[in-house]
Amino acid sequence: MLNFVVRRLLAILPVLLAVSLLTFLIASLLPGDLAYVILGDQATPENVAALRRDMGLDQPLWWRYLSWLGHVLQGDLGRSFRTGQTVLQAVAERIPVSLELMLMAEFIGLLIGVPVAIACAARAGGAFDRFMTGSAFAMLSMPSFLMAILLIYLFAVELHWLPATGYVPFTEAPLNNLRFFVLPALTLALAEWPGIMRVLRSDMIATLQEDYIALAKAKGLKPSRILFVHALKPSSLTLVTVTGINIGRLLGGTLIVETIFALPGIGRLLVGAIYTRDLVILQGVVLLVACGFVIVNFIVDLLYAVLDPRIRHGHT
Amino acid sequence: MSAPLLTIADVAVELPTPRGNLRAVDHVDLSLDAGRTLGIVGESGCGKTMLSRAVLQLLPKKAKLTGRVMFDGVDLVRLDKERLRRLRGRDLAVVFQDPMTSLNPVLTIGTQLMETIQEHLELDAPAAKARSIELLAAVGIPAPEQRLAQYPHQCSGGMRQRIAIAIALSCEPKLLIADEPTTALDVTIQAQILDLLAREQRRRHMAMIIITHDLGVVAGRADEVAVMYAGRVVERAPTQALFKRMHMPYTEALLAAIPKLDAAPHTPLPAISGRPPDPTRPLKGCSFAPRCRYAADRCHEAKPELKSAETSGHLYACFHPIQMAEGIGA
Repeated sequence: MLNFVVRRLLAILPVLLAVSLLTFLIASLLPGDLAYVILGDQATPENVAALRRDMGLDQPLWWRYLSWLGHVLQGDLGRSFRTGQTVLQAVAERIPVSLELMLMAEFIGLLIGVPVAIACAARAGGAFDRFMTGSAFAMLSMPSFLMAILLIYLFAVELHWLPATGYVPFTEAPLNNLRFFVLPALTLALAEWPGIMRVLRSDMIATLQEDYIALAKAKGLKPSRILFVHALKPSSLTLVTVTGINIGRLLGGTLIVETIFALPGIGRLLVGAIYTRDLVILQGVVLLVACGFVIVNFIVDLLYAVLDPRIRHGHT
Repeated sequence: MSAPLLTIADVAVELPTPRGNLRAVDHVDLSLDAGRTLGIVGESGCGKTMLSRAVLQLLPKKAKLTGRVMFDGVDLVRLDKERLRRLRGRDLAVVFQDPMTSLNPVLTIGTQLMETIQEHLELDAPAAKARSIELLAAVGIPAPEQRLAQYPHQCSGGMRQRIAIAIALSCEPKLLIADEPTTALDVTIQAQILDLLAREQRRRHMAMIIITHDLGVVAGRADEVAVMYAGRVVERAPTQALFKRMHMPYTEALLAAIPKLDAAPHTPLPAISGRPPDPTRPLKGCSFAPRCRYAADRCHEAKPELKSAETSGHLYACFHPIQMAEGIGA
């Protein structure tokens, strides 16, 4: 198992390097010179040239990449030239919001998706299965902003159960904090569960055809044990992958949902950085989010090994 | 004599397919006494596995089953789910063909053994574990205690089939159905597994059904043999009587298709030419007639019923039984 972890860790190093290169290139190859952005349209060519020299923008691209990477490796991702905040400060401020949103959304998504998938697979082709597969498809094709507006209308405007927008930190008012998160998390979860349900359902249906399920039935095991012990575990590899990808995706914040519900998360930080051409923040945030994504997928790989002993022992 | 342990009465299985209904099992009658062994022989697709699944009530959901399967005084076809579940694994056990797919890859061998024991016998975990170790030792697994924590992929095919047999034996079943238990194994392992099954059967006095395509497998091991073709039993006899004198040309052809050890090198194997009839389009006459070298007009016109031969207990379905002067050795 340790061997497996080390092998996987070594494998993600080149991925992280590639991620850093791509992030750097995206920010550097965007049209428009950073020096002009900072100095504004009143800048003289001399000022621009001086600033370019100060920021190292006159150096060749590969040199700039290496020096940036060197700083990054020392934990210095740069500082916004607008707010003076470092990238790490800005992200540390916003990440709890996005993290809480992501966890709640994924939790609700799994809470709906997994039981529905199991129930559908157990009676594949039955009335419940057909109804839920249809509903999932409808949900999947509904854009999140529409879902958000519908939920706000129902729960905030009509029923007055939940606040429509806003945020308080968990440490200040835990209950209120959760109330603010219900609607945005539900919006995301309603888009997440159909995917979760569909992959788990189809994997479960395939697993239920296996010989070992027939043998489990022939052994006289209880149907619940067959479903939850014999069928669920070997069927959940794709589910874990999808959940990992979802988490990775939501880790970067959700631009639309955070904007609609006025949540100060990573998504809004990114949107702000794009609007103000705050390239240092943009580059740093994208790098951190991408690294988070790679790390989540590394954890997913480890989970595979927990779920399937054949991977753990190197038989695949 | 008391009632047989298992009576299969007029069992038919139909599977709906896009090309029409497929009659996998066509009105089969069989019976088996406690402690006895029945061999069911036939080539692929003749319905022998479907018949065993009908006994186990493990047919695909869409399959239509008619007839009765009386096991130990109850009709399994009409038994409610919960009572059927309590019976399976305890009184009625099965060993499937392919041990590579019949054990759950993500559960340890110990879990897969102990869950059956704990489901049906009132044993606590340590007792179930002790019993599992005993069972693994009985089926010839070295270091059984270490095996419990291992996963199926860490064992060889023969080892896995032994484990599957240990699972089947775990609650002292009255009937064990072995569905081609050696087909997926190396030739060198096959005899070991068959001997193991025979030994455990005698020791535990359980009844056993061996399903196989190889007459050689049942030759020394079954008390009675039923030969199936196209979903029907076409010949049925006590093993010795059958090998002494076969009546069905199909049985003879099956026997001839077994490679002989003493045959000269490069002797062509007398395979049965052609293929079994399309089960969605049943023939009017004898199902084997198109492939039978003895077939006459009548064989294509009418279906021969099972009828008794001179030897007691020997049944066959053929208009032109083979006239054999001398018996052939198995």
